Amino acid sequence: MFKTILKPFAKLFDFQARTHYRMERHSMALTAGIIVAASIGGFVEIAPLFSIDDTVEDVPDMRIYTPLEQAGRDIYIREGCYACHSQMIRSLRDEVERYGPYSLAVESKYDHPMLWGSKRTGPDLARVGDKFSDDWQVRHLVNPRNLVPESVMPQYAFLLETELKTSDMPGRLAALRAVGVPYTDEMIENAENDMKGQARPETEAADAVMDRYGDDTAVRFFDGRRDRVTEMDAVVAYLQILGNLTDLAQTSQPQAEE
Amino acid sequence: MMSNLTGAERTTAMTIAGFGALIGLAMAAAGHGDPMGVHGWIVLAFFGVLFFIVASALYSPEPVEDRALSYYDDPTKVGIILALIWAVVGMFMGVWVASQLAWPDLRFEGAWSGFGRLRPVHTSGVIFGFGGNALIATSYHIMQRTSRARMPGQISPWFVLLGFNLFCILAASGYVMGVTQSKEYAEAEWYADIWLVVVWVVYFILYMRTLSRRNEPHIYVANWYYLSFILVVAILHIVNNLAVPASWTGAKSYSLFSGVQDAMTQWWYGHNAVAFFLTTGFLGMLYYFLPKRAGRPIYSYRLSILSFWGIVFFYIWVGSHHLHYTALPHWVQTLGMTFSVMLLVPSWASAGNALMTLNGAWGKVRDDATLRFMMMAAVFYGLSTFEGSFMAIRPVNGLSHYTDWTVGHVHAGAMGWVALITFGSIYALTPVLWRRETMYSWKAVEWHFWLALSGTVIYVFSMWNSGIIQGLMWRTYTETGTLKFSFVDSLVAMHPYYIARAFGGLLFLTGACICLWNVVMTILHVPQKAPELDYPTSSEAMEPALPAAE
Ligand code: HEC
Ligand code: HEM
Ligand code: HEM
Repeated sequence: MFKTILKPFAKLFDFQARTHYRMERHSMALTAGIIVAASIGGFVEIAPLFSIDDTVEDVPDMRIYTPLEQAGRDIYIREGCYACHSQMIRSLRDEVERYGPYSLAVESKYDHPMLWGSKRTGPDLARVGDKFSDDWQVRHLVNPRNLVPESVMPQYAFLLETELKTSDMPGRLAALRAVGVPYTDEMIENAENDMKGQARPETEAADAVMDRYGDDTAVRFFDGRRDRVTEMDAVVAYLQILGNLTDLAQTSQPQAEE
Repeated sequence: MMSNLTGAERTTAMTIAGFGALIGLAMAAAGHGDPMGVHGWIVLAFFGVLFFIVASALYSPEPVEDRALSYYDDPTKVGIILALIWAVVGMFMGVWVASQLAWPDLRFEGAWSGFGRLRPVHTSGVIFGFGGNALIATSYHIMQRTSRARMPGQISPWFVLLGFNLFCILAASGYVMGVTQSKEYAEAEWYADIWLVVVWVVYFILYMRTLSRRNEPHIYVANWYYLSFILVVAILHIVNNLAVPASWTGAKSYSLFSGVQDAMTQWWYGHNAVAFFLTTGFLGMLYYFLPKRAGRPIYSYRLSILSFWGIVFFYIWVGSHHLHYTALPHWVQTLGMTFSVMLLVPSWASAGNALMTLNGAWGKVRDDATLRFMMMAAVFYGLSTFEGSFMAIRPVNGLSHYTDWTVGHVHAGAMGWVALITFGSIYALTPVLWRRETMYSWKAVEWHFWLALSGTVIYVFSMWNSGIIQGLMWRTYTETGTLKFSFVDSLVAMHPYYIARAFGGLLFLTGACICLWNVVMTILHVPQKAPELDYPTSSEAMEPALPAAE
C-alpha cells in the first residue's frame, strides 16, 4: 500500500538514495549535515527576537524588583510554585476576564528566567498582586486548605518560621546586573539592609528603600511578624508586586466590560 | 567487570576517580553552608566509592585473550540495570506526585516533599535516569554490532555512563534541596550542567571513534538517530543553560536570557528535548531491535532515512507551539504551528515503517510479548505525534494549553512510546548481553505487557477527560455573559481523574518492578548460552548484522 502511495516520488527517492549512499560512508559528513539541518530553525526563530525592536514594548517606568521581592522570587523558584502556577495571561477572552489584561512582553523583561509556566494546576498568578491582603496570603501559604478546603496546593508553613537569608543577596543582584537588570552599585551594596528595611516600616532602612526603588514601593510587615524578617515576608512581597511592575497593560488594553 | 581492564587502565581509572574526589572535596569546602556543599560531599562519595572498587581489584589477573575479538558489553550491562533502577525510582516519584494531586497531604513535614520539589525528580528521573541510561546502554550495544567493531577505549564508556549518572544524582538530589533553574527539563544548576557537557563531549568522541573503526562500509540508520541525539542535545543543552552564577561557591544562577527571549529559548530547548532525547534516540532503538526481533528487514530503509532528515529539520522549528497566544510575536507562533503540522509526515512515516516491517510477522507479535511491546510503542508513537500536531494548531492549543490534556499527550508519548520501546528492547537485549538462553520468565513479560498497556490507557484517558473538561470549564459562560465556573469548581471536577491517573501509574510502576526482577533473575538463574556470531567480524560474507534491507 505504502509503495503505491510513494510511487510518484520514486525519482526523488532515487536521487536521495544515491547521494545518501555515498554520504553514509562518512561519519563527519553526517555530523555536519545534522548540525546544519538542526540549526536553521532555531536561528531563524530566536535571533530576530533579540534584534527586532518591537518584540518588547518600550516602557520607561518599568520597575525592577527590590531585593526583598527578588528573594521572594528565588524562593518561588526554589519551591517549584511555577510547576502549578502560570504567569502568562493569554490574549483569550475568558483569560482576560478571569485574570485581567493579557500579559505583555515587557512585564517579564527583567525576569531571569521567565516563569510563564506550562501548567495551571492552580490559577494564573501574573496579576495576583494586590488581589488579596497580606494576611490572606500568609494564612493561605501556611495552610491553603484552611481558606480553600478543596485546594490541592501544598502547605508552606515553614516559610513563616525560616529566617530570611540576606548575606548572598549582593552577589545575586550583581549577577542579575551582569545579565542585564539595571541595578546600581548603591543598590547592590545596600541589598541586605534594603531587604530588612522593606519589611520594617517606619525605620531609617525603610526610607532608604523608598529612596532607591521609588515611593510606591510597598513597605509593610508582610508576614505580620514584627520580631524578624522571614522567608514569608519575601514571598508575600513578591506575590504582591506581580502585575504591578508597570501599568502599561491596564492603560493600553480596553477593560473587559463589567 | 574489572577483569576486562589491564593494569594500566585500572590506574587511569583510579586517577580519574581520585581527581573527581578532589573536585568533590573542593566543592564541599567552598560551598559550605550552601546546597552546593552537600553536592560536594555527594561527588566525593561517588568518586570515593569508584576509587575503592578499582583499587580493590588493582592487582587481580589481567585479561589474557585478545580483547578486539569480542564486543565490550560490561558498560552496557551496568547501564541496563541502572536504567531499570531509575525507572523504578522515577516512576515511584510519578505515582507519588500524582497521588499528591489527589490527596495533597500525602507528604512528610519537611519542605523537601512538596509537589513543586518532587515533580522535577519525577521528570528528570524518568527522562534522564531511565531514558538516558537506556539510550546510552543500547547505543553502546548497537554501535558495536552494526559496525562489527569493539569500542575503542575501555575507560571512556565507563566515564560516559557513570558520569551521566552522577549528573542525574546531582540533579535529583538538588531538586529536593530546592536547587533548580526552574527551566523545565533543564532544572539542574550550573556546575551540574558544565559536568554534563564534559561527559557529552567524551560520548560524542567515543561514538565517532567506534564508527571510524567499523568493518562495514555503511553506517546503519540506527546510528544516525543516535548521533543526532548526541549532537543536538549538546547544542540545546549548552544554549539553554547559559547563565551567570550568583557566586562561585553557591548553587544559584540567573539565566542569561529573560522574558520573551528566555521563553523562546526554553521551549526551543524543551520541545527538542522531546525530539532529540525522547524521539530520535528511541527511534534508533526501534530501527535496530524491531527488525532484529521480528527477523525481517526494515520495510523501507530509504523511508527511514528520509524521515530522519525530516525529523531533524522540522522539529527545531516547532518549540513556539508552547507559546500560542502569549507575548511571543505572532509570526514565530505561526511558524511553530506550521512546522508542527508538517512534522506529522516524517513522524508517521517512521511509525508506518515500523508497523509495515511487522506485516507478515503478526503471528510472532501475537506470541511474543517482547515484539508486542515494540509494536505497541510504534502505535503510541503514531498516536502521540498525531495528537501533538493537532494540539499545535493555535485554536486547539487555546483549549489544551495549561490543562491536563498536555499531560495526557506527554504520557501517551512517554509511557506509550518511550517506555514501551525501552522495555521491549531490554527484553530483547538481556539474553544476548548476559549470554543466557532466554528470559527467566516469559509469563512475567506477558504480565508486564498488559500492566503497562492498561496503565498507559488508564492514565491517558483520564488525563484527556480531565484536560478537556478543565479547558471547557474555564471558558464556559453563563447566559448573562459571565464566566460560569470558578477556578475551584474546575479543581473539584478533576479529583476523580487524578485518582484514576494515580491508579494507572501504579499499574505501570508494578510492571517496571516486574521487569527489574525478571532481568535480575535471568542473570542469576538462567543457564548460559552464547549467541551465534556475536563478535566483531570483518568478513562481509558473514551473515549481516541485521536482516538485509532491500
Ligand atoms: C500542587 C500545585 C501547587 C503548588 C506547588 C503551589 N500551588 Fe498555589 N495554588 C494551587 C491551587 C490548586 C490553588 C487554588 C486553590 C487555592 O486557592 O488554594 C492555588 C492558589 C494559589 C494562590 C491564590 C491565587 C488566586 O488567585 O486565588 C496563590 C497566591 C498561590 N497559590 C501561591 C502559591 C505559591 C507562592 C506557591 C509556592 C510557594 C504555590 N502557590 C505552590 C496549587 C499549587
Ligand atoms: C508510573 C507512571 C507515571 C506516573 C504516575 C506519572 C505521573 C506524573 C505526574 C503526576 C506528573 C505531573 C503532572 C502535572 O503537573 O499535572 C507528571 C509529569 C511528567 N511526566 Fe510522568 N508519570 C509516569 C511516567 C512517566 C514516564 C515513563 C515519563 C517519561 C519517560 C514521564 C514523563 C513526564 C513528563 C515529561 C512530565 C512533565 C509534563 C508537563 O510538564 O506537561 N512520566 N508525571
Ligand atoms: C509530531 C510530533 C509532536 C508534536 C507536533 C507535538 C506537539 C506538542 C504540543 C502542541 C504540546 C503542547 C504545548 C503546550 O500547550 O504547552 C506538546 C507538549 C509536550 N509533548 Fe509533544 N508533540 C509531538 C510529539 C511528542 C512525543 C513523541 C513526545 C514524547 C514523549 C512528546 C512529549 C511532549 C512533552 C513532554 C510535552 C510537555 C511539555 C511541557 O509543557 O512541559 N511530544 N507537544
